[in-house]
Formats: sequence, structure tokens, C-alpha cells
Amino acid sequence: MKKVALLGNPNTGKTSVFNRLTGLNQHVGNFPGVTVDKKSGTLHHDGQTAEIIDFPGTYSIYPHSNDEQVVYDVFSNPRHPDFPDLTVVVLDAGNLERNLLLFTQVYDLQIPVIAVLNMSDVAGRKGIKTDLDQLKQAFPGVRICETNARAGFGMKELKELIFETPAQAEFRPLIADYNVTDSDNESWQESETRQRYTYIKEIITASVRHENPTQAATKASVWDKLTVHPVWGYVIFALILLLIFQLIFSIASLPMDLIDGAFADFANWTGSVMPEGVLTDLLTGGIIPGLGGVLVFLPQILLLFFCLGILEETGYLARAVFIMDRLMRPFGLNGKSVVPLISSAACAIPGVMATRTIPNWKERLITILVAPLMSCSARIPVFTLLIALVIPNKYLFGFLSLQGLTLFAMYMLGLFSALAVAWVMTRFIKTREKSYFLLEIPEFKAPRWGNIFLSLYEKSKIFVWEAGKVILAISILLWALASYGPGERIQNAVRKIDKTAYPGEKYEDKVASVKLENSYMGILGKTIEPVIRPLGFDWKIGISLLTSFAAREVFVGSMATIYSVHQEDNEGLLETMRQEKHPDGTPVYSLATGLSLMVFYVYAMQCMATLAIVKRETKSWKWPIVQLVYMGILAYLSAMITYQIFS
Amino acid sequence: MSQTLGFCAAGKVFKVKQVLPSVLSSKLLEMGFYTGKEVEILYKAPFGDPIAVRVGDYVLSMRKSEANLIEVEQN
Repeated sequence: MKKVALLGNPNTGKTSVFNRLTGLNQHVGNFPGVTVDKKSGTLHHDGQTAEIIDFPGTYSIYPHSNDEQVVYDVFSNPRHPDFPDLTVVVLDAGNLERNLLLFTQVYDLQIPVIAVLNMSDVAGRKGIKTDLDQLKQAFPGVRICETNARAGFGMKELKELIFETPAQAEFRPLIADYNVTDSDNESWQESETRQRYTYIKEIITASVRHENPTQAATKASVWDKLTVHPVWGYVIFALILLLIFQLIFSIASLPMDLIDGAFADFANWTGSVMPEGVLTDLLTGGIIPGLGGVLVFLPQILLLFFCLGILEETGYLARAVFIMDRLMRPFGLNGKSVVPLISSAACAIPGVMATRTIPNWKERLITILVAPLMSCSARIPVFTLLIALVIPNKYLFGFLSLQGLTLFAMYMLGLFSALAVAWVMTRFIKTREKSYFLLEIPEFKAPRWGNIFLSLYEKSKIFVWEAGKVILAISILLWALASYGPGERIQNAVRKIDKTAYPGEKYEDKVASVKLENSYMGILGKTIEPVIRPLGFDWKIGISLLTSFAAREVFVGSMATIYSVHQEDNEGLLETMRQEKHPDGTPVYSLATGLSLMVFYVYAMQCMATLAIVKRETKSWKWPIVQLVYMGILAYLSAMITYQIFS
Repeated sequence: MSQTLGFCAAGKVFKVKQVLPSVLSSKLLEMGFYTGKEVEILYKAPFGDPIAVRVGDYVLSMRKSEANLIEVEQN
């Protein structure tokens, strides 16, 4: 199959071109030996097919970031498996000069090339006209077409050009015998770039016409001024975030409950039609709830990326990054970390996935590592239960709810810890990559929905297939640990329950409790009791800490099981926990233990789904393990300090 | 009289005199800051940093420290 590389500067509408060419026939893979995603797709046209590889956006063939390195690796090595038969360079027709730099580099490599003058509509609005014949004369052998990929204009011509056999033509390289590997030296590269721009300037003078030359085509609009205003800029950003969170918390819960319910029903149904046995247990207790546990994240991920997609497509995101950069700098982060971190306050999974827009690997990695410290929605049930348990329902100064204040304090603790840890990490993680902020600010425009929906499709595929495998494996392991015990231990313990003391449904709740207590998980919880005692926790809390590794909110359900309270009976659970006494008669859930447990949940990496997605995004187990360990240590120490202060 | 771009006022058009030597000089050159290029600060972020610079036909946001690697003169 013909291999076609799609290359271009960022913000040239390259993604729109790629989506128009390949539609739903896209997949994400790897470039050999590097951690950069390789997006490729198949183009079908008139019975012919070609593989289209969408390379990361870059301004030059010489790399300044890991993403750009891939372009250099492939194009500097004709023996590379991804070396193209044909290159399509997407150019912004409204900003040809800077776009031609990359184009002339590719042209000089003498690979067959098609130049696509995209966004011809925007250029037209700016009064910029290009004479294609002049351009063709300047680059003999190049085929050129004009497109507006957002509207789908010019795509048919491009598809035909891709499959057409080009007429033999003499290339007239700007730099003869151009070999990118020769110029591995920056001063050489600089003089090459200067030389190219001198040449490009001549071409632009001959072929590009500004219709109103007295007035700059690019200027600051009213919307620019408003979105970067010292007051209104932040107000607008805050309002947009508020709207997104309202959407996520009000809408996402509906499909999430549906998924939860459907998988529970499906597990029950499977259990009722299959013969009793280990296989049925594995299906109903491990695999089906595990699958549900993967899919239940999708509504949040989709909604968040839908909102972020609109912000990005319209060009607003670049303005938000612009006004937030100065505020993030003291912590070693830049403006691009803001959106991933804020997204993590809903759920760390989309937060981690959203870090892909950060080109610098070190800044991206640090953002990934601290993102789960932001308090996500799964912590809310844990905090709510514990606050109701240990914080009195009183008001400070008559209007400040103590309970509300505590919840707010937990959120702030997470936020400030994320920033503090980022500050520390910038001092420890070393990189050879240069750090810079240079970011193009695109013009405001209407979103293209096709691009947004294709990106949602791609993100869900990555989450379900790649992170999903890990999540499913861990949930089956957790289920096995919580359902089986050594030898006859569980059966013996269940047999000893006095049925007369637990009438009706209470008996089943008691059996569940005894089973969990005597499972491997229960034994593990009891084993770690000495370790967690300095935090004010007993073995029952220990078991819930272990089971909630599946997801933080599982803590509440595990607590209910252990105290043999009916699931979802929160009042009953609260009452039982309040009554719970140590052997010496003091309550187990004192203020000190409650606060210590909340602080533990602020820090601990109690989410296998996040670990799975971090593994996917960093392409190694190293970073999820680093994250698990550092957050675990932070959780342990902070909870211990909290407990010692308040007891 | 020449000065560096980071200290320029918004709304005036300048010409690039040179990019000062640094690790970013090849990157800045690629972004279009070659000698003689027309540039203009369109607007600044709150606290005056970063700044949005019109480089020919496009807008680039850059930190003040990065803009100060570019020496400009009045047009």
C-alpha cells in the first residue's frame, strides 16, 4: 500500500485534512522505539487505497521536542519503516511564509510532494491571494491544490492527486544535495534557515498579494481584548469552567448510573441462568463488574473532551493558556498544564489524557504525576461519609458550615499539594529538551463538529481497549482476593454465624461481612493493621483501603459490607460507624481518625484506572509506579501527622 | 535606537535587528524572526507577561524573557 505522510505546522488544519481523508478508518499505534503516538488511517478512493500517517505538527524538520523528533527520525532515514512514498504538506494559505520553511526542507529531500494550501477561506477574508502558477514555477515537480478542509472544499482534487502518478519533473532544490543528518549542528541549522527565508521571501513577493497592504491583515479583535483582559479574561475563564463542571456533574451521572445498573442486572441474570461454580463466580463477580468498571468512566471522559474539544476548535484554549501561564510559572508549570489539572478535579483520567497538548515532555510528565492529587468526583462519597461522621453540623459565625468548610479544605489541600509537588519535581526531573512557551494563537472560528466527534471516538477507543485491559485485570485480581480465603476458612466462619441473631436480610449482610473478613483481602487488612495503627485506622478500615484501590468510592460500599449494613443504606452505615467502639470504650471514628482518613484519601493513589491510563500515556510502568509510591508515602505521612495532631 | 522586543509597547511596528545567541535562537528563527521581519505586540496578558506578537501574518504568544532574546528597532 502507498505510504503517504501528512506533514505541516500546527494550526494549519492538518487534523481536518486527515479526518476528511480517512474518516473513521483511523487507528493509533507507535513509532518504533519512541513514546510518541502514531496516528494513521486508510484512504479509499475509486477502488484504490493508501495509508495516511498523520505526523505531529512541526515548524521545521529539526526537532525541538520529542514529538517533533519523530518527524526528523523518519525523514532523515530513507530506510525507516515509516519513510513515505509521498508527502502531503499542509500549508496555511493565510501565512505562507513561515509555512514554506518546512515545505522547502521536505522539497529539498526530493520525496514526491503535494502542497495543500489549506484554510483558503480565512486567507481570502484577510485579503491574501496566492498565485498558484507562480508557486508551481518556484517549486518544479510539486503538485499544488487549494482546500478548505473544514468545509470539505478541494478534498476530491487532493484525493485524486494522491493516487495520480506525477509527471517526471526536474526538482530544483534550494539547497543542493540536502541531507538533514549533515546539519546536526545548530549554527549550521540557523544559517540554513536564514538562507531558506531569504529565498522564501522572494517567492512570496512574486506569488502572494495582500489586497489592502496599508493595513495589517492580522490584528487584535474585540474578542481577543476581552478574553485576555485582566478582569474579564479571568471571569470568562471561570464561567466557562463552572459551566463545564455543571454539565459533568449534572449530566454524566445519568449514564453512569445506567451503566452501573445495567451491569449489576446483567451479573445477576448471568448468575441466575448459569450453574453455580467458580466460572460463574468469576463472570458475575469479576469480569462483568470489571467491564462495568471500565465503561462507567466513559460518560465523564466523553463529556469533558467534548467541552475541551469546543474550546480548542474555537481557538479559546490558546487564550486561556495565555492568561494562566504567569500564574503557573512559580510552580514550574506553564499555562498548558491548567486545563489538564482542572479537568482532574472531575476525573484524573481525562486530565491525564489532556496533557498531550503539552509539547515539552518534562512539563507533561510532571502534570501527569500531580494530576491525581486534584480532588476528583470519586472522592466525594468518601468525604461526604466521613464528614457526616466526625464533623459536627455547626455553623461558624452563624453562616459558615463547618462540614462545608471541611470539604472545601480537602479540595484546597489537594490543589496546593499538586502545585507544591510540581514545584519539587521540576527540581528533580532532568531533561535535555529545551523548555519554551512559544505558542501560536489561532483566530477565533466556529468549531468543526466532525473533528470533535472523531477525537471523542479515538479517546474512548484508547481508554477502553488500552487502559481497559489493565483495569479489568486488576479488578479480577481484587475480586479474587476479596472472594476467596485459605482452605475452608470462609466456609467455617459462615457456619459459625448464629442464624437466630440475624433474621431475614440481616443474615445475608452478615454472611457478606464474614466472607470479606475471612478472605485473603480480609487477612491482608488485618496484617497491615500494625502499620496503619499510627494513622488511627483499624483492620476494618484497612480492608476498605485495600478494596478501594479499584476506585475510591468503593470505600463506602466496603465499609457497609464489613459492618454488615445493607448496601446504599447510608444512614444505617453512619449510625453503625458512630456506635463502633475500641475495646477500651472510646469511639473508633473520632475526629482524629476521621480527619486522618480524609487526608489519606486526598493523597493516596487509590485508582487503578488512573494508573492504567498513566501507563498508556507514558508508555512505561515506571511512571505509574513512581506515582503510586510517592502518593502512598505522602498519604501515609500526612495522615499520621493529622492523627497525631488531633488525638 | 534598538531595544529588545519584551520591553516594547503594544501597538507599534518594529523590525527585527537580530536574534541574540541562546539555546532558543534556532527555534525563534524558525518561527520567523529573521533580520528585517516586521513584528508588533498586539496585546499583553495580565501582569504584562506573556505577550502576543504579530509576526508577519500570524500571532505568536511568547514569554517576556523569550521576547527579550529578540533585538528590534523602530520601523
